[in-house]
Amino acid sequence: MSDVKKFLYVNRKAPYGTIYALESLEVVLIGAAFDQDVSLAFLDDGVFQLTRDQNTDGIGVKNFSPTFRALGDYDVTRLYVEKESLDERGLTADDLQEIMYEDEDDDWAEKPAIRIVSRAEMTDIMAEQDVILSF
Amino acid sequence: MKIGVVISEGPYTHEAADTAYNFVKAALTAGHEVPRVFFYHDGVNVSTRLSVPPQDERHIQNNWTDLAREHGIDLVVCIAAAQRRGILDRNEAERQGKDTDNIAEGFRISGLGQLIEMGIQTDRLVMFGD
Repeated sequence: MSDVKKFLYVNRKAPYGTIYALESLEVVLIGAAFDQDVSLAFLDDGVFQLTRDQNTDGIGVKNFSPTFRALGDYDVTRLYVEKESLDERGLTADDLQEIMYEDEDDDWAEKPAIRIVSRAEMTDIMAEQDVILSF
Repeated sequence: MKIGVVISEGPYTHEAADTAYNFVKAALTAGHEVPRVFFYHDGVNVSTRLSVPPQDERHIQNNWTDLAREHGIDLVVCIAAAQRRGILDRNEAERQGKDTDNIAEGFRISGLGQLIEMGIQTDRLVMFGD
């Protein structure tokens, strides 16, 4: 695979209630094997996917939120979260789980993968992509 | 131009599979190539050969089977999404101990890697869904 493309996975739905979030994450994990330039975007209700302390005991489905913390091992190190979507839902960065990755270009320093960006910045991020998969 | 297509909503409930079908036909007519269509989420339900809509309605699965045969389009159904929703080819039916398969002619079950590969190999990836 010689040509590397920029893939952006856009997550717009709440983590539970529909299967979109889980099946999106499945694509991200499989796609990691293809050595592409991958980043994730979270907007609208998709920002709920990253909230901390999720507990799904009452609804009989698997809590897959810990998987986001493993994304660094798959070289997925950029999780863009739209600030306006957080604001509209009464959430702040403190409500999101801590997701770290080791930066191989910086002596494996631990860095946060979540980057809060404005809606305007998200527009620019999307415009830079080769492939956008929206879930 | 090479165009890859993703369908991520189920037939009849949602217009995605119809809109994608019309889009692919128009793209082919305009001289573009559509090497592959990938079915994900409830979109995998398009591939069941057991669908029997009323005769005066469009037959979404047959439409895709016919289009694929005519233009050599690779119709790929995600295996993980398909297994959750009861879409099986003969191999999987036997492996899982089921008494029948239900995948329609022209469709094949494969992995999500086929979706990523399509994104890499096409000039545009167009997704139909919500």
